Amino acid sequence: MSPRSIASIALAAALTGAALHPACAQTKPAQLVAAQSEIAFTTKQMGVPVEGKFGKYSATIAFDPKKPETGSVIFAIDTASARFGSAELDGEVGKPEWLSAAKFPQASFQSSSIKAAGPGKFEVAGKLTIKGASQNLTVPVQLTQSGGNSTATGSFTIKRLAFKVGEGEWADTSMVADDIVVRFKLALSGLGPL
Amino acid sequence: MDTPTRYDPIAIALHWLLALLIIGTFCFGTYMADLPLSPSRLRLFNYHKWAGITILALSALRLLWRLGHRPPPDVPMPDWQQRAAHLTHGLMYALFFAIPLVGWAYSSAAGFPVVVYGVLPLPDFVPVNRDLAASIKPWHGTLAWTLAVLVLLHVAGALKHQFVDRDGLLQRMRPGRG
Repeated sequence: MSPRSIASIALAAALTGAALHPACAQTKPAQLVAAQSEIAFTTKQMGVPVEGKFGKYSATIAFDPKKPETGSVIFAIDTASARFGSAELDGEVGKPEWLSAAKFPQASFQSSSIKAAGPGKFEVAGKLTIKGASQNLTVPVQLTQSGGNSTATGSFTIKRLAFKVGEGEWADTSMVADDIVVRFKLALSGLGPL
Repeated sequence: MDTPTRYDPIAIALHWLLALLIIGTFCFGTYMADLPLSPSRLRLFNYHKWAGITILALSALRLLWRLGHRPPPDVPMPDWQQRAAHLTHGLMYALFFAIPLVGWAYSSAAGFPVVVYGVLPLPDFVPVNRDLAASIKPWHGTLAWTLAVLVLLHVAGALKHQFVDRDGLLQRMRPGRG
């Protein structure tokens, strides 16, 4: 074969490979602006709402709002960064019975599919892994944009016992409810238009 | 109509019911205050708050009843003793309200709204503020211990009248029809 044909075949192969790879099928990855974002969670302790927030997390977001099915998101959350505004709770949450931050420094979410679900609305299905245990879930996300900035908001409920968060004497759900509502507000820059 | 020599049955019932609740809640409070965090401690804290709000509500009813139903005339005693007794009672009434209100405020400021019996959320009438919580916190305990001293004075006074003065004072608050 002539060098030219080899080059053409190679180029064609490379472009095909690139076209088939989801991350290459749209514009450059979006950036999470952590300073303007929030990941909070609320549970109930004998009826009393208790809210905490994660202080440190990162995301890899490859997403074209016009072609959601080609996108993917991956989140990594620092479990040791959970804060309640109460020194006692802050000191408790990283312990082995709870998030076990020393052994499981990160919780993660990895998307498996993203679907459009209405104007500015998406359904992100994926796997949430906390403390070594994984659960599949679908997260409804609302995306709004102004200028070059986007904000993704939504919430979902997880069962803490499915992840063994709150073990031993803390497994009692009459003390700390099984349901934990996670709320997020993520500021993203560099996301394509809706 | 005879001048009454006893408190009326509702006043008597509220007196003893609240005495039990107040003493019990105080004992709970002193026991649980220094426990390490655990589900049991959370449970005790919540029971303590529920009891405190119950005391607050019953004390309001009791005060209303008291305002509408004159107690029996005092047994004869020197003026200073009469004034001391009324002052003690007045201070106790004030603390029946101040202590649970301060506790409620502390809980709100610390970020833990009070949810009575686990189902009825009470409003936070102070903002969530750690510094505010820290400044309120000692007052709940200080006022509670002040009430404890007044209760001891109150009991000592009653026993003195009954067994030293022998003026039958305890009849006024004895449960039953007298």
